[in-house]
Amino acid sequence: MKQSSFVRSAALLFGFAFLYAPIALLVIYSFNASRLVTVWGGFSTRWYGSLLENDQLIASAWISLRIALVSALIATIVGTCAAIALARFGRFRGRLAFSSMIYAPLVMPEVITGLSLLLLFVALDIPRGFWTVVVAHATLGMCFVAVVVHARLLTLDRSLEEAAMDLGATPGGALLRVTLPLAAPSILAGYALAFILSIDDVVIASFTSGPGSTTLPMRIYSQVRLGVTPEINAVSTILIGMVALILAVGVLTSLRSDASVRD
Amino acid sequence: MKARRSLAERLVLGAPWVWLLVFFLIPFLIVVKISLSQAALAQPPYAPVFALGDGWEALEKLKELSLAAYAGLADDWLYAEAYLSSLRLAAVSTAFTLAVAYPLAYAMARASHRWRPILLVLAIAPFWTSFLIRVYAWITILKDEGLLNHALLSLGLISEPLHIFASDEAVVIGIVYSYLPFMVLPLYNAIARQPPDLLEAAADLGASPTAAFWRITAPLSAPGVVAGCLLVFIPAIGEFVIPDLLGGSDTLMIGRTLWIEFFDNRDWPTASAVAVVLLALLVVPMAFYERSQMAETPS
Repeated sequence: MKQSSFVRSAALLFGFAFLYAPIALLVIYSFNASRLVTVWGGFSTRWYGSLLENDQLIASAWISLRIALVSALIATIVGTCAAIALARFGRFRGRLAFSSMIYAPLVMPEVITGLSLLLLFVALDIPRGFWTVVVAHATLGMCFVAVVVHARLLTLDRSLEEAAMDLGATPGGALLRVTLPLAAPSILAGYALAFILSIDDVVIASFTSGPGSTTLPMRIYSQVRLGVTPEINAVSTILIGMVALILAVGVLTSLRSDASVRD
Repeated sequence: MKARRSLAERLVLGAPWVWLLVFFLIPFLIVVKISLSQAALAQPPYAPVFALGDGWEALEKLKELSLAAYAGLADDWLYAEAYLSSLRLAAVSTAFTLAVAYPLAYAMARASHRWRPILLVLAIAPFWTSFLIRVYAWITILKDEGLLNHALLSLGLISEPLHIFASDEAVVIGIVYSYLPFMVLPLYNAIARQPPDLLEAAADLGASPTAAFWRITAPLSAPGVVAGCLLVFIPAIGEFVIPDLLGGSDTLMIGRTLWIEFFDNRDWPTASAVAVVLLALLVVPMAFYERSQMAETPS
């Protein structure tokens, strides 16, 4: 038994080292005073300073943030509707086609999603820009929201809804006042997921954005293609820090809500 | 089940239906349509086969449908090689991802109950950080003058820098790293929900821990293996960012081919034909994946 627990600890250690070492190195080297990647020139925050002067990068960061906030909101509303339909409407007509369309975008190569949406916008003669990226990201995001919320709705105790309806609530009222509040953590998680997908995406945005709506990942990508730069390390570190913060808040609140459910 | 749905219910079902129809299904039909058009030096760069407003004339125009783009794909070996090389790289990457993920998922699922949620968060967290940044981090590590070569050289393990960056190996490393959480999660779920009494019973009946693993744990985790492999394999085939950043100029992957046809050659019919053929390749594994997902969540 001792032997196997040693092997398991080694598996954990190796696995997590593989997952985290590249990210850790990136963060460490963003504070490197030297421009060269492998030469440690002492601690410095100079690359963060030069970021503040990069107006293009900051403008793109704002565009990305706005696209992510709006597209995640649309994705959450439409995706939650889809989850409710899948979990509560029984065997409606076209259910198989509907659920196929929910699951397919999750594994669809991004180049296909991007290309097809671009061709749609061209066919409809819609100029590409902020809103075309929002629509593209919302389409992908809603599928993730639908899957996350659907999984949660299936684990909820149906008797709570039935009790509400026995007490005179309409099905819609029971849904709004019992089911959705209980599913709120998963809806929030879905929003966060759609937000991250949007703010992270470079492929779909490259197809669907127009002049003046260059997103931050697109900007980072075109720089990375030219080579490693300390500024990109600094941007990456800021983004990693933001995600770590959001995750920490999310984990702490979910631990707390778990605790309050248990009490 | 009610015969008629209320207005609110129809809205709840109708909104995602219409959205997916307009922004998911119809775009694919347009891709198919444009793959059947002729390339043209125009804006947009293809000769439209038929338009929505044509009415009956559209039937006449159907004769103008062109298989030129598909003939082009069949004529040039480069496309066939790109598809095959994508399948090969995706398969190799999936195998390595499974090899790295299984011990991790197993150790997570067998950890104490207090540790499991923490380990789970740790395993998912990298998925939440930018995909682009995680791929980029590997450039710094794998380059000829990068951190890995620097470390190995100064330890005296190698005398010449390894040329991993800008090769197929780097692409495999990038895919394994980026898609690891997609493999770990289904594996963890499949292993963690196995009742522990099964292993105790096997031990009581005289099975060694190794035998118990191969005859009980491994077969019972098969659904997780299938789901995880599909979640890695399918998107990896069409991957663009990883081969573009970590691969060499001779790394052929079909997602990159599509990108180049579209953005650099501005050949929309060929790019669309590449997408249609790619989709046709993916239909079988995608149907498997959807069936496995729907089996997971019966309703």
